[in-house]
Amino acid sequence: MSVTTPSKLQKMIASGNLALTSEVGPPRSADGSVIEKKGNLIKDYVDAINVTDNQTSVCRVCSLACCIRLKLMGLEPVLQMVTRDRNRIALQSDILGAASFGIHNMLCLTGDHQHFGDHPKCANVFDLDSVQLIQTVKMMRDEGRLLGGFEFEVRPQMFIGAAANPFAGPNVAMRVSRLAKKVAAGVQFIQTQCIYNLDTFKEFMKLMVDRGLHEKVAILAGITPMKNVGMAKYMQKRVPGIDVPDEIVRRIGGVPKEKQAEEGINLAVDQIEALKEVEGVRGFHIMAIEWEEKVPEIVERVGLFPRPQLA
Amino acid sequence: MIKAVPKPLEEVLDLVKDFNKVLIAGCDGCVTVCEAGGLKEAKVLASALRLYFTQAGRQAQVDETSLTRQCEKEYLAELSDKMDAYDAVVSLACGCGVQYLAEMYNNKIIYPGVDTCFMGVNEERGLYAERCQACGRCILAETGGICPIARCSKRMLNGPCGGSDKGKCEINKDIPCGWELIYERLKTLGQLDRFEKPVDPKDWSTSRDGGPRKIVREDLRI
Repeated sequence: MSVTTPSKLQKMIASGNLALTSEVGPPRSADGSVIEKKGNLIKDYVDAINVTDNQTSVCRVCSLACCIRLKLMGLEPVLQMVTRDRNRIALQSDILGAASFGIHNMLCLTGDHQHFGDHPKCANVFDLDSVQLIQTVKMMRDEGRLLGGFEFEVRPQMFIGAAANPFAGPNVAMRVSRLAKKVAAGVQFIQTQCIYNLDTFKEFMKLMVDRGLHEKVAILAGITPMKNVGMAKYMQKRVPGIDVPDEIVRRIGGVPKEKQAEEGINLAVDQIEALKEVEGVRGFHIMAIEWEEKVPEIVERVGLFPRPQLA
Repeated sequence: MIKAVPKPLEEVLDLVKDFNKVLIAGCDGCVTVCEAGGLKEAKVLASALRLYFTQAGRQAQVDETSLTRQCEKEYLAELSDKMDAYDAVVSLACGCGVQYLAEMYNNKIIYPGVDTCFMGVNEERGLYAERCQACGRCILAETGGICPIARCSKRMLNGPCGGSDKGKCEINKDIPCGWELIYERLKTLGQLDRFEKPVDPKDWSTSRDGGPRKIVREDLRI
């Protein structure tokens, strides 16, 4: 994979080093310091920082504003964009706006249904879906064109990412097919759903490798440390598309309550060590939900600190 | 056909309680099939309203009728002689019928008696399910005869999303994932190659996004 954009994340992946990303969730208020604090907690430990876009359909400070803030702090943001809330005019407008501030990474998502969030009575948009958002930003970058046909000079230099969920079923083969569609649309890196079922993930990656898809797209394996057994059970039973095997619940639940957070970190470390051996894994995306302060410890313990400094 | 459900009686009562002469107008079309607004339902509603007025000690007249279709002027015209006799009409037709009735009888108060829900099929008696959102440009040839616009909660043209779980939609375990249905049908038909080909952004201008729609069929117009 060669470097085609000014993205530092792309450069890290192309260098052959394991890339590291993490994410920060914006606050549900106009407090601009929250993202600054979270960014500072992890900035030396990851190559790029995702900012979620009204995740779980809960209204928060917009991803674009937070990404601009991180960029102005000298950090490398990944702009997450969902198609739930904005039509193609607004999405393209935000892409141009992000690019105008030198933001060079995007994660193209369809987004959770608003049913889950704090505004379940709202209208949704879904003018595009994630695959079409990939197509759109690729067209803007490579052809200098908007979906409406307008041609422009200064193009957004985006390293294009998307998500993949090997665990959503009905079978791993379909999930590989769906990812193949994103590759055909132009995606360059993938951050996966959090991985707890290593066997299923390996099966997914084997199919990816068999088809040569791992050469076309960089897979960053998703890791979310568990804070306690309650979280493990909640994710197992309540979060759609997440596969938490019983043994994970038993491992976290098998230690005293005050040790469960530590065991959650131990588990994340073990998962990363195991995933390093899986062919096609080019790095990790650590989603420490409202637990950003644990990212440095995880990164240090898996031997990926300090981050390589690329010219 | 169009599927509707009767409005709660309290809601209709609240609309008509101050009138003295009320007509309940059913429709023999779609709302009869889904048992929300035909002659039978008009009679039931009229009886309930009469009971209410009697119990309230009110001398009010409530009559019922049903028209062949409330979405056609010639059938609506059948009410022209009766209209002056009523203060208000509760139409049990779909939203199209209610509006066409109001359009034809401009100075008459017309209220809806059903909530119009969707275009769908009769899975069983009393069990109706949406199948089409009338986007104006049918893509069923590409999607194995299953519409992702009507059957995916996010109307994705390149699904399924990562939220589907054991073949069910992330918003409700009783809703099958439309895209898993499409995938399975394409597999059955030997057309799985379609599944991996990205579908371009859709032209929604033929859907509601293009403004109120009208069909002009010159070949049918005299």
